[in-house]
Amino acid sequence: MSSSPLTADETRTDGRAPRPRRESPARTFTSMSGYVVKLVLMALVNALGLFIAWSAWTAGSWLLLGASLVLLAAADWVYFSRRTVPLKYILPGLLFLLVFQVFTMAYTGYVAFTNYGSGHTLTKERAIDALLIQNERRDPEAPSYPLAILRDADGQLGFAIVEDGTVRVGNAETPLAAAPDATVAGTRVTAVPGWDVLALTDLVGDPALLEQVAALRVPVSEDDSAGSIRTQDGSRGAIYRSALVYDAAADTMTDVESGVVYRPNDRGSFVAEDGTALGVGWRVVVGLENFTKAFTDSAYAGPFAKILVWTFAFAILTVLSSFLVGLLIAGVFNDPRIRGQKVWRTLFILPYAFPAFLSALLWKGMLHSNPDYGIINQLFFFGQRIEWLDDPTLAKLAILGVNLWLSYPYWFLVCTGALQSLPGDVIEAATIDGAGPVRIWRAITLPLLLVSTAPLIISSFAFNFNNFTLIYMLTNGRPRFTDTSAPLGHTDILISMVYQISGVAGGRADYGLASALSLLIFVIVGVVSVVAFRQTRKLEEML
Amino acid sequence: MSQAAAPESATTLQRSTRWPGWKYLLAVGIVAYATFPLLYVLSAAFAESGTLTGSTSLFTSFSTKNFAALSDTRYWQWAGNSLQVAITTAAGSVLMGAAAAYAFSRFRFRGRRTGLTTLLVIQMFPQMLAFVAIFLLLLTLGEIVPALGLNSKLALICVYLGGALGTNTFLMYGFFNTIPTELDEAARIDGATHAQIYWGIVLRLTTPILAVVALLSFIATFGEFILARVVLTSEKSWTLAVGMFTWVSDQLNANWGTFAAGAVIAALPVLVLFLALQKYIVSGLTAGSVKG
Repeated sequence: MSSSPLTADETRTDGRAPRPRRESPARTFTSMSGYVVKLVLMALVNALGLFIAWSAWTAGSWLLLGASLVLLAAADWVYFSRRTVPLKYILPGLLFLLVFQVFTMAYTGYVAFTNYGSGHTLTKERAIDALLIQNERRDPEAPSYPLAILRDADGQLGFAIVEDGTVRVGNAETPLAAAPDATVAGTRVTAVPGWDVLALTDLVGDPALLEQVAALRVPVSEDDSAGSIRTQDGSRGAIYRSALVYDAAADTMTDVESGVVYRPNDRGSFVAEDGTALGVGWRVVVGLENFTKAFTDSAYAGPFAKILVWTFAFAILTVLSSFLVGLLIAGVFNDPRIRGQKVWRTLFILPYAFPAFLSALLWKGMLHSNPDYGIINQLFFFGQRIEWLDDPTLAKLAILGVNLWLSYPYWFLVCTGALQSLPGDVIEAATIDGAGPVRIWRAITLPLLLVSTAPLIISSFAFNFNNFTLIYMLTNGRPRFTDTSAPLGHTDILISMVYQISGVAGGRADYGLASALSLLIFVIVGVVSVVAFRQTRKLEEML
Repeated sequence: MSQAAAPESATTLQRSTRWPGWKYLLAVGIVAYATFPLLYVLSAAFAESGTLTGSTSLFTSFSTKNFAALSDTRYWQWAGNSLQVAITTAAGSVLMGAAAAYAFSRFRFRGRRTGLTTLLVIQMFPQMLAFVAIFLLLLTLGEIVPALGLNSKLALICVYLGGALGTNTFLMYGFFNTIPTELDEAARIDGATHAQIYWGIVLRLTTPILAVVALLSFIATFGEFILARVVLTSEKSWTLAVGMFTWVSDQLNANWGTFAAGAVIAALPVLVLFLALQKYIVSGLTAGSVKG
């Protein structure tokens, strides 16, 4: 900005030239420092992007490698090209939007058609590795070897064994190889160049280290079927071999002891002739199965129908009740004769200013059924023991009541604003024409009010349709359905049902079914939004 | 607003000049309804006993024991996490939302209308619906870049920022359009670059809406539960919403005294900010509808 006086003079002498050519603003001090800031920021972004790309490269994650390189290239192009000015402003938010909203929505769509979940979390390749490792057994015929535990400068562990007088060293990634320069005293390895030899006493006091040692497996050779060295006591190592052998050509798993052959099925598991499946499966596309499961599976179908109905009922009733109460209060107190409007208004909206998650938890405590604990029963219901949160019907009423308290202030504010911006001349004209207050209210005020609040009513419906916090904090879906094994209850709404069956918080995970139900909510919300657009024509106004 | 209300008040005055006593009575009733739970939590916070017993009568004892007891829990750590996440998210949302709104408001480029429409559509789908996919994404990402994986506050902030553009751009876009473009043009003629116009003129003139968006974003992030619950797995990285939920999720072992004290402290800053800036927030709410 310091350049303004100078360049302003120049434009005046130049006449019509919109951009003074000689004194480019890029050379003045302020924009120079801006340029330096930009260079520093872009250097950081590039360093970060290359770091992620490099990490992805070493981990062999090609999708992430590609994505990070493409996004990085896009960022560099946008910020160093002269023709991408608008994008310079949109890109930062756009990157986050693409990765954490657009991608995750698309990914939800993909997962909905897979059997991703407990027992099917891996790719096939990794599932095979996991099966081979999990089924490793100690080979009873193979000899055991004197063993020493090694640690390198990076803290990585390795084993050294003594086999026929030669020391062989390896770690989880590199198979055993002879280490001729190691020092051996009797059968005990005392020093290996490049490694520290750990004493057994180091292990005793360090349970984390002990666990690492117990989990470490050092391959005997490049050939997987040769097995690996493991140790149980830290001083002797034995050869472990997998009870399963994977035949890559035939794509089968064979149990070496029983000779049973497991073949892959289209459900992402290795299955034997008699139908027994191996414990670890991989994720495969299962088509529409997740969608039909919600309607037909005996554990889900009954609860799903009830939850769907309750979700709609809750969203509609809660919007209606809080809108009506808010409107009523706004109507009554939109009266210039009342003194201290601001103070009243502030007091009225207090519930809205209190963080919603705290309110829900607070009400949960107040609605405790034991009148010694629950103040609502104590003060307002004569100390009766009313099971507000444990009876299916009462719990629903309680949720509606609590949400009324939480959200009537919103509608009070909205309706007050809408009432005050009503055209005064129309109402005056109606009064002159002899219309009474009731008639004015019914024929003018209410219709105008509904027009201006309709979009908010619809978005409030969409909000409450997914009001996870309220439900989860107040009742956690309880009371439970007694006729199903699924962890669902009478007050669960769709989004909390998704949460319960997704298993992200522990328990059995079914990401596929959870995503399918998320998609269903997407569709419902989408349909509601289309209606909203049609109703309000907001789109045309905004563009 | 007051001008619009004036003619109506004239007509009502003509019709009735009675003192609206019943309205005051009703107002007192509504205030009692609105504040009763808040008084209750205040009373429980200052109560002597930490359990629920005896807490059904308001303000019978006064003690700061419950507040002192907070130090024996992870409360302050959680509060720190919440502030860290909410403040960073609010700042990031404002910067990104304002930049995008500036581009849509001031530049005419190919794809502008499509971009706006797409944002409007995306805005309709709450990000939290995709929490399963977000969980899986972070699970994979964390294997490669642990700082962006599960249990990382940075990852949670990134997730929240993913929703920033969809939520805030429109609110700001409308406001930016009300700043006359003649100001930009005058500056441009004086030789200012687009960046100088943005940082020096537009951002300064739109400070009120920036404050509103920052505040709304702060309040929304502060109370956000499901994503925080899914992303932050270990107790020491929890936010207040996740942590305080575990205090009272089990009705038998619930520690309501400590909860009440914690709730009072957590709610105060939000309450004060909200009431102090209610005029601005109301305009933002009616335009963008954040909660309710």
